[in-house]
Amino acid sequence: MKHLLSTADLSKQEAVGLLDTAAQMAATQSREIKKLPTLRGRTVVNLFFEDSTRTRISFETAAKRLSADVINFSAKGSSVSKGESLKDTALTLHAMGADAVVVRHWASGAPYQLAHAGWLDAAVLNAGDGTHMHPTQALLDAYTIRRHLAVRGSGLPGGAADGVGADLAGLRVAIVGDVLHSRVARANVALLRTLGAEVTLVAPPTLVPVGVETWPCRTSYDLDATLDDWRPDAVMMLRVQRERMSGGAGAFFPSPLEYSRYYGLDARRLARLADHAIVMHPGPMNRGLEISAEAADSDKAVIVEQVANGIAVRMAALYLLMAGDSSAEGNDL
Amino acid sequence: MSTDPTTGTTTYVLRGARPLGGDAVDVVLAGGVVAEITAAGTARVDGATVVEAADHVLLPGLVDLHTHLREPGREDAETVASGTRAAAVGGFTAVHAMANTSPVADTAGVVEQVHRLGEQAGWADVHPVGAVTVGLDGVRLAELGAMADSAARVRVFSDDGRCVHDPVLMRRALEYVKAFDGVVAQHAQEPRLTEGAQMNEGVVSSQVGLAGWPAVAEEAIIARDVLLAEHVGSRLHVCHLSTAGSVEIVRWAKSRGIDVTAEVTPHHLVLTDELARTYDPTYKVNPPLRTAADVEAVRQGLADGTIDIVATDHAPHTREDKDCEWGAAAFGMTGLETALSVVQQTMVDTGLLSWADVARVLSANPARIGRVEATQGRPIAVGEPANLTLVDPAATRTIDGADQATASANTPFRGHELPGRVVATFLRGRATVLDGAPVEAGVVGAR
Repeated sequence: MKHLLSTADLSKQEAVGLLDTAAQMAATQSREIKKLPTLRGRTVVNLFFEDSTRTRISFETAAKRLSADVINFSAKGSSVSKGESLKDTALTLHAMGADAVVVRHWASGAPYQLAHAGWLDAAVLNAGDGTHMHPTQALLDAYTIRRHLAVRGSGLPGGAADGVGADLAGLRVAIVGDVLHSRVARANVALLRTLGAEVTLVAPPTLVPVGVETWPCRTSYDLDATLDDWRPDAVMMLRVQRERMSGGAGAFFPSPLEYSRYYGLDARRLARLADHAIVMHPGPMNRGLEISAEAADSDKAVIVEQVANGIAVRMAALYLLMAGDSSAEGNDL
Repeated sequence: MSTDPTTGTTTYVLRGARPLGGDAVDVVLAGGVVAEITAAGTARVDGATVVEAADHVLLPGLVDLHTHLREPGREDAETVASGTRAAAVGGFTAVHAMANTSPVADTAGVVEQVHRLGEQAGWADVHPVGAVTVGLDGVRLAELGAMADSAARVRVFSDDGRCVHDPVLMRRALEYVKAFDGVVAQHAQEPRLTEGAQMNEGVVSSQVGLAGWPAVAEEAIIARDVLLAEHVGSRLHVCHLSTAGSVEIVRWAKSRGIDVTAEVTPHHLVLTDELARTYDPTYKVNPPLRTAADVEAVRQGLADGTIDIVATDHAPHTREDKDCEWGAAAFGMTGLETALSVVQQTMVDTGLLSWADVARVLSANPARIGRVEATQGRPIAVGEPANLTLVDPAATRTIDGADQATASANTPFRGHELPGRVVATFLRGRATVLDGAPVEAGVVGAR
């Protein structure tokens, strides 16, 4: 395991292994001393070409709990605005001796380029690139689903705590909202499929990408029918960017009100979910748009827990990339 | 070694060459023209420079209707001299230089400058393309008549890089250029449907998360334009057609008798959007690489004559404009030095075109569309201008951007093994390329 660039690159064994490692990491986080010495003396650079305080803090916390030195490099000025180029930034980090680079970038594929262009030999963790991928988000989502629901799927070997060792076979996950622009949706579709879950994407047709018919999932334009007829075990609401409803003729839907009416998780729809079903959101939420306060604050919601699980999953990813089994070296995870 | 005193050119005997892939003959070039064609091995060679051409195919010098030479303005990427040198190496004897320079070629002054730079360089005839609209802004017509009347004698007008998207403006342009037998070469790209677009919209774009560029954005403009051309009785040229639907529309238009011609680039004959999975901006191009089904459709369209020509859309870019994120990179790829090889690989070696057809789509037809057929794209016959290209179709070569003559290295064929090699190029009897290498003007007589 050399890089973590896309969930589509993960085998089922690797994915389950990552989740199991995250469970071990999570177990250490209930101790009084949360810090592990594992990555002492190693340097992790958080390279953010796009603002994301939440993701950066999560990675920073994960790295620090593993005793790594953490450098935050905010590179918002991109080559588009004639700041330093991606290449020069990479060469700089290489010269500084970074062991791992956590990269968030507005451009799809930028982490892939960092990993493959030969500018840098550090491990590259994709912390979200453009509208492409967000692998640690999908892993933390899968981890959360497994903790709550693996006992319901067929993948659980003997009821181990927190679903350790299990995949997500037999579980149904609805992903609702702006699929077109969502790296979270792409990352989740690939990973959930690998782990054996079934996925239905629910969105207005304008927010479904051309080509989605080749994705390993179902697509629906009808949230109510999906909830009533398909009976998902988990409902994942995607954030709807404000800019998607502006732009006049180019707006993706007529109004926020209409979006909420058809695709929002309100109290009425919440009440129709199965008793065991969970409600997820990658954050930050637009309360009142894609998710109502009732849904966000209900006891079905695991949104805050997702944040905590994010730290465990990112600890696992950093650990496996930087201190993992050297026999797997050169093997893109 | 003899030098003709009237033209200063060497006499060449191309021994055993096969004109248009036909039977081997000796072809003698003297005084800037084809002086003699005789049975193989019979030409008198005393005093002449002999080019051993057994099994080599002799073509009329290639004519590119779509080249970006970047000068004036972006001499860091290419100059008229470096670009036409690359053209010669690729077998071209004439290129049409696109107007999206800085300043834009939208006045008689700029087109005359480019034309003069071409004459000074001496590698190939340079025919400047005039902008349709002032500054390529798509708002008002540039002074098309002044460019047509200038020393550059512009006949092809294009806002290439941008689409003349306003339907009224397009209509006016189509009508106006009839006065001097010009043609509007349209870059068919509906701008609203392609805002922020990065690659072909389809299966691959959905997976790699790059904003999609739908085929309909090209096809809708072509459909509109052929109808406009029919309505006003003008001729229309469609630049770098790239989709199966575009081929269908042009085929339909021709069946109705509409005066439309179309071009395809070498890269759209072979490369697909699967390459975007590498996120290597070398493969970022406008129009974008499409699907395998589109590649098959444009090959068939070229084979059946729906598509009239192959044009390179040679688009050199500096390293810094390509060595970056896909989303930040410039659109375009070089093509002058690989075009003929790609056409051989995709069309000749597959049996879709003969060498005579290659002469048609890479020389005679582009010369006719660009209205330079008096000197370029001529038959290979005694008395014709000696604008010729000699190709060894049995050779293979591995492409490396660094060793090309173009000033930029953004070839999408890096590492590809391509068939065919241009052995020699002659411009009015002067060798611009011999043994596959460019020959500086004035050096030949001293050889």
